[in-house]
Amino acid sequence: MAEYNKSEAELEAVFQQKIDSEQKIEPKDWMPAAYRKNLIRQMSQHAHSEIIGMQPEGNWITRAPSLRRKTVLLSKVQDEGGHGLYLYSATETLGIARSELIAALQSGQAKYASIFNYPAQTWGDMGAIGWLVDGAAIVNQVSLQRTSYGPYSRGMVRICKEESFHQRQGYVIMMELAKGTPAQKQMAQDSLNRFYWPSLMMFGPHDSESAHSAKSMKWKIKRETNDDLRQKFIDQTVPQIAYLGLEHPDKDLVWNEEKGQHDSGEIDWDEFYAVINGNGHSNRQRIQHHVKAHEEGAWVRDAMSAYQQKKLQRKVNAETAA
Amino acid sequence: MSLEKLELFEVFLRSKRGLDHKHAGSLHAEDKEQALEYARDVYTRRSEGVSIWVVKSSDICASQEDDSESFFDPSDDKPYRHATYYDIPKEVGAM
Ligand SMILES: [Fe+2]
Ligand SMILES: [Fe+2]
Ligand SMILES: [Fe+2]
Repeated sequence: MAEYNKSEAELEAVFQQKIDSEQKIEPKDWMPAAYRKNLIRQMSQHAHSEIIGMQPEGNWITRAPSLRRKTVLLSKVQDEGGHGLYLYSATETLGIARSELIAALQSGQAKYASIFNYPAQTWGDMGAIGWLVDGAAIVNQVSLQRTSYGPYSRGMVRICKEESFHQRQGYVIMMELAKGTPAQKQMAQDSLNRFYWPSLMMFGPHDSESAHSAKSMKWKIKRETNDDLRQKFIDQTVPQIAYLGLEHPDKDLVWNEEKGQHDSGEIDWDEFYAVINGNGHSNRQRIQHHVKAHEEGAWVRDAMSAYQQKKLQRKVNAETAA
Repeated sequence: MSLEKLELFEVFLRSKRGLDHKHAGSLHAEDKEQALEYARDVYTRRSEGVSIWVVKSSDICASQEDDSESFFDPSDDKPYRHATYYDIPKEVGAM
């Protein structure tokens, strides 16, 4: 078509013009190779996070303290599996195979949110994860509903509709514990203490340190910077902690009247990079478990293709008989 | 080829960049290329779309309305999948 007559520079100008005027890029549109690559990295990382994120919570399904809580948790973990599917499918529209994405996850070449390398040790952690981890993910995902790539944007709209339940069920767990016995309240505080800082790290490094930020903003893959999104989360979480009657884990947190937002303490970036680089508590376990689950599911995939073959054969037999 | 022998195609339109394709209707055509042109001619006469998908009707696998009770039943008794199932105090803001 007409595009073949245009030079790379002209194509890129048209592309940037679409982005600048808030039009979405769709799978069959021309796009710069680096845009495609950047999207594949970010979207697959997001998909992997949904799937690996099933593990810390999945770990508690059999130990949930009541049948109702078990069904709620199971339902949440099922949703996360669905989110992984939406995102892998959207990534595949960029011309990469699902098997390549999974291979990159399993070899450690692709990353996922490092929050999932922290272990879920208590029932309180099911509260803190839903409330804080899904809460932080929602802040990011609400912003990504406006991302420039159409399939990613539409996936985010669908996911955001489902996420609200995740955060609320987590907060309800926290409310129950915070209003419970002193030991239960202590459990809630302990979970808050362990998950607060890693939740802030979910927004990534400071804007000044972020390798992918500038290009991502120009292409509107990202719509708000890491630090702006993190600030939103910090501010929204303050009254939520106060309502629970728990102590805020950040001792340097103060309201800044002039800015109309909270000033906060510094994140332990050494911990952030250690976990990202594979030295968190559960990194190896998460990937090993993924590989194991995939291998142990081989017989199901084999059975499905055998059944498919059999159905085809039956059809052929019926046709030759007729 | 007689009219009865033509294939039935379903037509989906994207009204604006960034939105989903939505089912608009169907038409008969010899093949998919022709279906695309017909769809443009009959379904986007007033710029209703910026993108068209055509799919052979016979390639669509649809759930059956008659079976829908048992087919969708598994999600009917799970109110806890909805955000509104959880009471969140006003003081803590939107969640
Ligand atoms: Fe998520
Ligand atoms: Fe999710
Ligand atoms: Fe979630």
